[in-house]
Amino acid sequence: MQSRILAAAVACALAWPASAAEETGGARLADELAALREQIAQMQAAYEARIAALEERLDAAQRRTADEQIAPAQASQTTAQAADRLAAQRGTAAFNPAVSLILQGAYKSRKEVAERHIGGFVGADHHHDDGIESDNKRGFALDHTELVLAANIDPNFRGQATLALLDDEVELEEAWFQTTALGHGLGLKAGRFLSGIGYLNGQHAHEWDFYEQPLMYKALFGEHGYTQDGAQAKWVAPFDTFVELGAEAGRGRNFPGDDRNIDGFNSVALFAHTGGDIGVSGSWRAGLSWLQTRAGARENHFESEKWGEAHGAFSGRSRVWIADFVYKWAPDGNPARRNFKLQAEYFHRRESGRLTVEDDRSPWRTRQHGYYIAGVYQFTPGWRAGLRYDRLSSGRQSLGDNPAEIEIVSWQPRRLSAMVDYSWSEFSRLRLQWSRDRAMPGIRDNQVTLQYVMSLGSHGAHKF
Amino acid sequence: MRRILMFLLCLCALPAPAASAVNVLTTVPEWAALAREIGGERVAATSATSALQDPHRIEARPSLIARARAADLLLATGAELEIGWLPVLLRESGNRRIQPGRDGYLEAASLLRLRDVPETVDRAMGDVHATGDPHFHLDPRNIPPVAVALTERLARIDPAGAESYRANLASFRTRWREAIARWEAEGARLTGMPFLQAHRSFGYLAHWLGLENRGELEPKPGIEPGAAHLGRIVASQRNAPAAAILRAAYQDESAGRWVSARTGIPLVMLPYTVGGTPEAKDLFGLFDDTLARLKAGIGER
Repeated sequence: MQSRILAAAVACALAWPASAAEETGGARLADELAALREQIAQMQAAYEARIAALEERLDAAQRRTADEQIAPAQASQTTAQAADRLAAQRGTAAFNPAVSLILQGAYKSRKEVAERHIGGFVGADHHHDDGIESDNKRGFALDHTELVLAANIDPNFRGQATLALLDDEVELEEAWFQTTALGHGLGLKAGRFLSGIGYLNGQHAHEWDFYEQPLMYKALFGEHGYTQDGAQAKWVAPFDTFVELGAEAGRGRNFPGDDRNIDGFNSVALFAHTGGDIGVSGSWRAGLSWLQTRAGARENHFESEKWGEAHGAFSGRSRVWIADFVYKWAPDGNPARRNFKLQAEYFHRRESGRLTVEDDRSPWRTRQHGYYIAGVYQFTPGWRAGLRYDRLSSGRQSLGDNPAEIEIVSWQPRRLSAMVDYSWSEFSRLRLQWSRDRAMPGIRDNQVTLQYVMSLGSHGAHKF
Repeated sequence: MRRILMFLLCLCALPAPAASAVNVLTTVPEWAALAREIGGERVAATSATSALQDPHRIEARPSLIARARAADLLLATGAELEIGWLPVLLRESGNRRIQPGRDGYLEAASLLRLRDVPETVDRAMGDVHATGDPHFHLDPRNIPPVAVALTERLARIDPAGAESYRANLASFRTRWREAIARWEAEGARLTGMPFLQAHRSFGYLAHWLGLENRGELEPKPGIEPGAAHLGRIVASQRNAPAAAILRAAYQDESAGRWVSARTGIPLVMLPYTVGGTPEAKDLFGLFDDTLARLKAGIGER
């Protein structure tokens, strides 16, 4: 019995290629025929549209005696010429990547503080080559110039690269490709990209409503938000209400992890967004995100009774939860003249692992949280005013017996910022901002910043 | 874990809501109205913007992404009118059917020859549209080519309804031709009427009816007028004043009212698109009301 089945299977397998080849031959012919039919149908549709246009013009010309009407023959000729010229223009434009360059700079007045940091939080160090961290710059200060190139790669993919330029430093902020033709609400992205967690994380500096990002983001990820070197999958659910789920896996080389150079992924993120409209005038989006990263030897400076200023290396796990909410309002849903935006995010981070300072090893457990809330109101075309409050809590920090005698700082970093900005057009903006910064224990810093953001070239549309 | 995965897989496998109607999303209300004319009962057509919203300026809101996700056909104006939000909407929707180049994406501007294509494009000129003026629906002769192309697309997406779409198209074109004749007869008295406009929205309307454009209140397209600029406009109207200042329902009236108060030129609000006024219920109502308001505005009753 078994052998007979086997024999039948072998016979089938042998017969398969031949019949398959025949079938594919037939199928190909059918495909070609279908393609031809479709082409003809398309041509027919295009001609019918054109003929309809001409008919309408002819009709109008016959009825009207107005002398400005062009003769139909002439009209068709110029139409064809114009269409050709337009097609040619569109063609070249479409093959070139959209290039945009964003100029950013500021005049800053603030206290001279040797080592700016956020009290009670280990810093995501980010040193620039000129030796002065951008946070410490006073007076005239040039910020990163962003260069963005984006285009469709082919019918299936789209790509984008974002470079941040400053002095002799070129930072590759983003370099990714994404799918455009998967359908079913699915989208994949791979390369280096801003993670989909939180609300502000996906926005570049020029999109921010205030000069600096919230304290929360600086404490969590350092200067640029969380960037993944990895892959992202997103899915929009087929519901009437917007529901989007996403997952990311990455190298996890950035703070709060570090580059462990391992097989597998060092960073995993999950996020969910939902949103909708409230009447005609209001719309909202809410999200919940989770990020887990691991560090092998994440280095930071610590103040130690025993060692003085000491290098410490953390190895272990970081887990961050972020809840975000945005509400936007505009009369009749038309934001052109007046609109309002309320935005808030909250995070909770737990770290657990080991801290090695010189020869001393101790456990490291922290639970920290914080939030910001910001409102921005455009009260008349071009003019916006905004207020933001930041507050973090250094929370629980435990180092076991603390053999290295590290100084544990307990602090509630906070900052209040108020800004007014004016935009001559969508492409130029000047902002005046005042902040009272109490991010560091014992320092009350009143800061005034006059900032410009100018964008050149074909600037891509922003997300909600 | 496995249960969650199974649940997710089931969700993925869910067919698009078992709606019998073809789901048409349009960027602006005039195309939704056209889709209703052609599609009739077989089509559920909605517009991403209302007549009170500036189609240049809205955002890719979450609710719009959800609607784009469900759409079988997206009918857009094109010519960069929706450039500030439609690309994001298309990308975020994850809907292959409505991506450019597919049957489910139709751009009206690609079917027509646009007016006012600038020779050179420079941002110093303001928000200019490199491919021409996108407000072409206000010349009713531009509607039928879009209707024909839309009919063909609907017939391809929903072959069972092809007969019905073509019948609706034929009926629409007959009624539309009659309506154009009526509007042109009514509008004949408006020929040569000089007007000012808030934004360059009425170029096609003016071309069709033979109105004379005396300029815009905006110093450059998309740039808010300042007092000095409006002052110059007021001064320029002293000797040969325009007959009306036109604004679309979604445009702010303050600049127009300011000029109107100082020159005595009537400020006339036009529906601009379907839904802009209670009378502009459909495409026919749009032009009926536009002509009625133009005539009323210049004191001809």
